[in-house]
Amino acid sequence: MPSLKDLRGRINSVKSTRKITQAMKMVAAAKLRRAQAQAEAARPYAERMERMLASLGAAVASSPDAPRMLVGTGEDRAHLLVVVTADRGLAGPFNTNVSRMARLVIRRLESEGKTVRILSVGRKGAAYLRREFASRFVGEISFMGKKRIEFADAEEIAQRVVALLEDGAFDVCTLIYNRFRSVISQIPTEQRLIPAPIPETAGQPAAAGPQALYEYEPAEEEILSTLLPRNLAIQIYRALLENNAGFYGSQMTAMDNATRNAGEMINKLTLNYNRTRQANITKELIEIISGAEAV
Amino acid sequence: MATFLLELVSPERLLLSRQVEMAVIPAADGEMGVLPGHAPMMVALRGGVIRVRENGAETERLFVAGGFAEVTETRCTVLADEATPLASLSRAEAERRVREAEEAYAAITAEDPPEKREAAMNRVLSMRAMRDAAEAA
Repeated sequence: MPSLKDLRGRINSVKSTRKITQAMKMVAAAKLRRAQAQAEAARPYAERMERMLASLGAAVASSPDAPRMLVGTGEDRAHLLVVVTADRGLAGPFNTNVSRMARLVIRRLESEGKTVRILSVGRKGAAYLRREFASRFVGEISFMGKKRIEFADAEEIAQRVVALLEDGAFDVCTLIYNRFRSVISQIPTEQRLIPAPIPETAGQPAAAGPQALYEYEPAEEEILSTLLPRNLAIQIYRALLENNAGFYGSQMTAMDNATRNAGEMINKLTLNYNRTRQANITKELIEIISGAEAV
Repeated sequence: MATFLLELVSPERLLLSRQVEMAVIPAADGEMGVLPGHAPMMVALRGGVIRVRENGAETERLFVAGGFAEVTETRCTVLADEATPLASLSRAEAERRVREAEEAYAAITAEDPPEKREAAMNRVLSMRAMRDAAEAA
């Protein structure tokens, strides 16, 4: 039976925990709103980029000297995984979900006899994957201490991927990140970056008609050679923003749960505390009464 | 007068999406005027100023630091690497970025691939265009 003093101490400590989780929830909610707005603002560019790539890709993909970034190396031996996670924890299963998915993908690829390389973005995923796959790491990027993710950050990652491609370090590049569906639901997603998936509409005859009439200035290949790295950066940028928004969503939910649990615990402890106090009073009364009777 | 849909997007946001009469865009091989019914084109852009005409007057001027544009008969979509309305360009900021670009260009050695040199040169040129635009505004 814990003493009254112990109980009081525990109630106080849970109360301060609740204060912290509540504050974290509020902060996450405010940041979520900003992150979500940023993610939404980036969408129009990505959509139009896709449309342009679709008509360009269709025009160039069949030619024998199509850029490698569009059609890949023609092989499927070495894979590069870009795993995007958050830099911080306390966000429920957010980081674990992506990391676990990455682990399954790595296991599957390696059991098929393929080489796997990992480029990790975000501290948490790196920590998780390092334990098992440290030898596959080619790089680690973290945005710790950065207030806002900018396009330049995504471009930097894209440049590293391009450099690796030029060195012939991989044939296929896949991005693994948390897709932001809603505040309470983030879905770990696998997205292929290289070879670039050409959107469905490209192959359809209806779309091919007017697109064939495009004039290019400069030539297709030249536009494509700048468009492709840019597209890569955009895809990564989108993943970073979705990851960011998802992180705050997940953290908000986790902290909301923690606050609620703390409240329940406080209620339980308070009940316990009052019962113990009453028991002590009753005991003392009995002692006084029986003492008085004995006299 | 006939109009077409002009859309200007940067990776960070959608800046413009409305019907205009004419737009002049800084294509890589020289400025290009776009009117409704323009032949379908895809062009690369260099650093420069996009000028927009509506109701017979120039209404908007924005700086873009390179990118792409897709022109069709009814629409012109500009995918800018970076876009700022001329009014909010700051001269000091532009000067700083010119210097940065020039330093990056100076740091390139003979061993680096020519594409890299070219990319850095383009960067310097587009930053200079930004400075000029800021000065003119």
